Amino acid sequence: MPGWLRHHKGVVPYLFLLPGGLWLIVFFVVPLLTTASVALQEGSLASGYRLTFNFGIFPEAIGRWDTQLLRSLQYGLIVTVLAMLIGYPMAYTIAFRGGRYKNILLLLVILPFFTSFIIRTISWKFILADQGFLLGTLKEIGLLDQGFRLLATPVAVISGITYNFLPFVVLPLYVALERIDPRLIEAATDLYASRFQAFLRVTLPLSISGVFAASLLSFIPAVGDYLNAELLGSRNETMIGNVIQRLFLVNRDYPEAAALSLILMVGILVSIFFYIRLLRGQELTV
Amino acid sequence: MPEADVRLDRVTKRFGSFTAVDDLSLEIPEGEFFSLLGPSGCGKTTTLRMIGGFEEVTSGAIYLGDQNVTDLPPFKRATNTVFQNYALFPHLSVFENIAFGLRRRKTALGEIRRQVAFMLELVELPGYEERRPNQLSGGQQQRVALARALVNNPRVLLLDEPLGALDLKLRKQMQVELKRIQSEIGITFIFVTHDQEEAMTMSDRIAVMRAGRIEQLGAPEELYERPTTEFVAGFLGVSNLLDGEVTERDGDMVSIRLTNGVLVQAPAAATNGAAKVRVGIRPEKLRVVPRGAEVTAGATETNVLEGTVLDASYIGVSTQYLVKTAEGHTLTVYAQNLTTSGASEVLSDGQDVRLSWNPQHTFVIDDAGRSDPEAPMEEARTR
Ligand SMILES: Nc1ncnc2c1ncn2[C@@H]1O[C@H](COP(=O)(O)OP(=O)(O)OP(=O)(O)O)[C@@H](O)[C@H]1O
Ligand SMILES: [Mg+2]
Repeated sequence: MPGWLRHHKGVVPYLFLLPGGLWLIVFFVVPLLTTASVALQEGSLASGYRLTFNFGIFPEAIGRWDTQLLRSLQYGLIVTVLAMLIGYPMAYTIAFRGGRYKNILLLLVILPFFTSFIIRTISWKFILADQGFLLGTLKEIGLLDQGFRLLATPVAVISGITYNFLPFVVLPLYVALERIDPRLIEAATDLYASRFQAFLRVTLPLSISGVFAASLLSFIPAVGDYLNAELLGSRNETMIGNVIQRLFLVNRDYPEAAALSLILMVGILVSIFFYIRLLRGQELTV
Repeated sequence: MPEADVRLDRVTKRFGSFTAVDDLSLEIPEGEFFSLLGPSGCGKTTTLRMIGGFEEVTSGAIYLGDQNVTDLPPFKRATNTVFQNYALFPHLSVFENIAFGLRRRKTALGEIRRQVAFMLELVELPGYEERRPNQLSGGQQQRVALARALVNNPRVLLLDEPLGALDLKLRKQMQVELKRIQSEIGITFIFVTHDQEEAMTMSDRIAVMRAGRIEQLGAPEELYERPTTEFVAGFLGVSNLLDGEVTERDGDMVSIRLTNGVLVQAPAAATNGAAKVRVGIRPEKLRVVPRGAEVTAGATETNVLEGTVLDASYIGVSTQYLVKTAEGHTLTVYAQNLTTSGASEVLSDGQDVRLSWNPQHTFVIDDAGRSDPEAPMEEARTR
């Protein structure tokens, strides 16, 4: 350690934070400010843009895209709940019953990440296709009506998103559950809690940090996702991500796209705020 | 005979092909402080966990009173457990930890408050209601764990090395404390420990376990004074063992000829009729005097051996001698420093001495109680 550092030990933690801090400034703060400034500009690609502090863009954008905004939050919520319902038992089983297969099971959970997001979603498109191997077979044997379809329905889009973000739910839940001493659960059953009560009173509260991390890690990307709606949905399932993408890349309406991005961000932050308040109350109750 | 509070009937537990508890039967009367004592891995915890319902029995039955609880889950058994390392709920306050069992049984809040307060009083922790477990010292956590179990008024309290994590001083203090609480509330305690001194000071009766079986069961002084196997003799302190053969039975006493030809007496009650035996004497029961000073030997100490001092170590309250007999046996002797006034007065190395002891203090192990050569026997000194 160089001499001057030894006399300023308090500086060390900040030095450790420096690379990450710089990274965030360059790739998060700067783009955020740019986005905010773009949102407040007016003009067109042909005539050029000028910063006019046009705050009216926000209510306008909300008014124009309220359906898609609400749908995104709604899908995000459903996806999070579904992913939690599927992921919690998975993480629980791996953590408490995995034994020596724990690492293999965890590897299987993240295995889908070894192929690209787009490829995986496209393969869902094949699986859910009207005459594909799944529906086609069921229709063949008469279990389903010929007109029945999954593609271009909310079910397809929500299932797709849930599938894609499931590992983000399982991993933090696993980490939280793995830390719980199984003797605490035994102690609960010793103290007249049934297995279910022991889960409710001990396991769940002790894994609440994992629940929190897992739900954010699924909710946030789910709300902003556009690929699943694009590939598996129709215009009736359009999410705000699709709108932003189209405004940016097709319509070249940069201010409105930027405004919508900010609105989405604020919407997510507000949801998280309420969520934190909800969970904080949860851990303390008995 | 009154109904046993806890009864194990030929209980066996196997993990795969490994037998952790082997055909174990046991009866514990109500209100007894009962200890399971034995070396690491002998099956103490497994036995306790089967009584608590955390481990299924492979075969056999467990009764609490006249109720067969073999197949009941823990929350349906009238037992409560103090876990090793306590297993307090880290997310709950001391109050909620203690109230946990009462809440599960839907006790009214006023009653919960009253009982938790009573328990905190009993374990001498009033005013700690709002603390979290991680804000307590080891000894305090131990008390909370005890209160959390006792507040449910169990029929039987199971304790798995509850003092194992405490330092020596606190450990001694908590031993006294636990004993006080047990006699105050008068319920059955089943206490697991591998510390023989702890088991001796606290228990009404002790089961010494070895490799999944009970080697000997009895009151502490019985186990110490009349061990029936070499393992028990060695596990509960130091002992001197000498091979011999019973030559004569005469009323209350038997005569045993040691391999060196010397004839010693032992109480007949200590033998079980076997011919080939080992004679045991605890080191503090032996009196050592210089040869030629026999007049000072007590009249009752009629068993006599001769030898030479190999080593003498002055330990303050007593002096420890290693005495070698003519046949090459080495015996350990603890001599109380009753009259000596310092290290200068102990017998010196190489001195010829005479060892004597009261025949009543002799215990006898028949050859079946001989340990396997590979079994841990650090404490036994005879070779
Ligand atoms: N779940 C299990 N699976 C396999 N073997 C086990 C299991 N639990 C215990 N054993 C084995 O059973 C034997 C008895 O274990 P137990 O925990 O009862 O010992 P103990 O007497 O409490 O020892 P200690 O003093 O070290 O706590 C040990 O050899 C142990 O390895
Ligand atoms: Mg144990």
